[in-house]
Amino acid sequence: MYTWHWEQIPQYFPLIAAATRRTIEISLVSIVFAIAIGAVAGLLRVQPLKPLRFLAAAYVELLRNIPLMLVLYLIYFGMGAFWPISPFWASVVGLSIFEGAYVAEIVRAGIQSVDRGQMEAARSLGMSWLQGMRHVIVPQAVRRSLPPLTGQFVSLVKDSSLASLVSYEELMLVGRQINSRIFSPFEVFLTIGALYFVICLALSLLSRWMEARLVGP
Amino acid sequence: MVEIRGVSRRFPGGHFGVRGVTLDVHKGETLVIMGPSGSGKSTLLRCVNGLETLDEGEIIIDGMRVNHDTTDWNKVREEVGMVFQGFHLFPNRTALMNLVLPQTVVRKRPVAEAERNARTLLDRVGLAGKESRYPSELSGGEKQRVAIARALAMNPKIMLFDEPTSALDPEMILEVLEVMRGLAREGMTMLVVTHEIGFAREAAQRAVFLDEGVLVEAGPAKELIDHPETSRCRAFMQRILRRPEGEEGKAWT
Repeated sequence: MYTWHWEQIPQYFPLIAAATRRTIEISLVSIVFAIAIGAVAGLLRVQPLKPLRFLAAAYVELLRNIPLMLVLYLIYFGMGAFWPISPFWASVVGLSIFEGAYVAEIVRAGIQSVDRGQMEAARSLGMSWLQGMRHVIVPQAVRRSLPPLTGQFVSLVKDSSLASLVSYEELMLVGRQINSRIFSPFEVFLTIGALYFVICLALSLLSRWMEARLVGP
Repeated sequence: MVEIRGVSRRFPGGHFGVRGVTLDVHKGETLVIMGPSGSGKSTLLRCVNGLETLDEGEIIIDGMRVNHDTTDWNKVREEVGMVFQGFHLFPNRTALMNLVLPQTVVRKRPVAEAERNARTLLDRVGLAGKESRYPSELSGGEKQRVAIARALAMNPKIMLFDEPTSALDPEMILEVLEVMRGLAREGMTMLVVTHEIGFAREAAQRAVFLDEGVLVEAGPAKELIDHPETSRCRAFMQRILRRPEGEEGKAWT
């Protein structure tokens, strides 16, 4: 019979709070970089120059077909051997380039979902490819891409738990540390799970609110 | 104004979109391009503003030689307006903003001036009062008139129309043709791909007939429609003129 020891948890609240903050920090910073990387790679995949298109495709396919854990190990233990890198930045770099590949695919799909005639109309009015992208295509693509992007960012928050493997003290790692002291896995990991849930749900709600604001007819 | 010299456009797979077409369009002239579907009418039109690249030949627009490799197409397209069968209005912008955006982005006009222009043009195509409507709130005919006004907002010297009424319900065709007639009267240089016989006869000076990418016949519009010389053109005209009574203005594709 499992004996519950919820009373053991409150003493670790300060520790858990700090870990929650780190999970949020690493996620937000990685989301920003993943958007930047994904936007560039996604645009490169639809622009007219073939070599650049190939380069972007290679990046996307490579990163989508290897595990995130391996990416993190390569950065922290592999490259870290030459250029010392903090667990925070190793995790941010790993998460950003890994999730960036998925963001790139969402960006590409969003752009390609806009009718070809839109770019032709923009071009026929004298806009350059870049102007057409910026003023005509991207604003339409962003609205359509928001739901899949949200899903990706929720994934990113959950994937940030792997940062525990390169010794970044986020929620997952701190959970493991606490559990090794009090041996109450359900109490500890349910608490941690609830925190992940709240963070991800907040992210989804934020995106739904943005989506509603972006909607025109 | 537009000199098309031996222009060919081959598509992947080797078949020709257009083949060796030579054609002059004079300033202030309305020229109608007719022909069966797949005959290269749209391809020819799209070559004129670089939406298709040329495989052979050259096009000279208002003195600018445009050969695909060295051409600043953005410059050319500023002078050449295009109206599409499918309108291609920007769906996330109001009618007014559809006209304002290209003016501010391409012509670098101040917003206030661009808006003034836009209102004047929308009024001219009979859409005063609908400035703040989104494309989804407009009828097909209204959308196409916004699209014409949008092209005009760039002050083009030449207007290209690619089957502008083919996607419209019959009752909306006349309002669009009326706008085009007005433009023709004012002396705009226009290249029009259309099956609207009435428009071709009354508003166009000349017509050409394309079949399988080849320019088969050219001549004064009325002549070409009523007394075609080649058998291919005659067969085509007979087919599209055999329209039931009282369906004037219906789209024929």
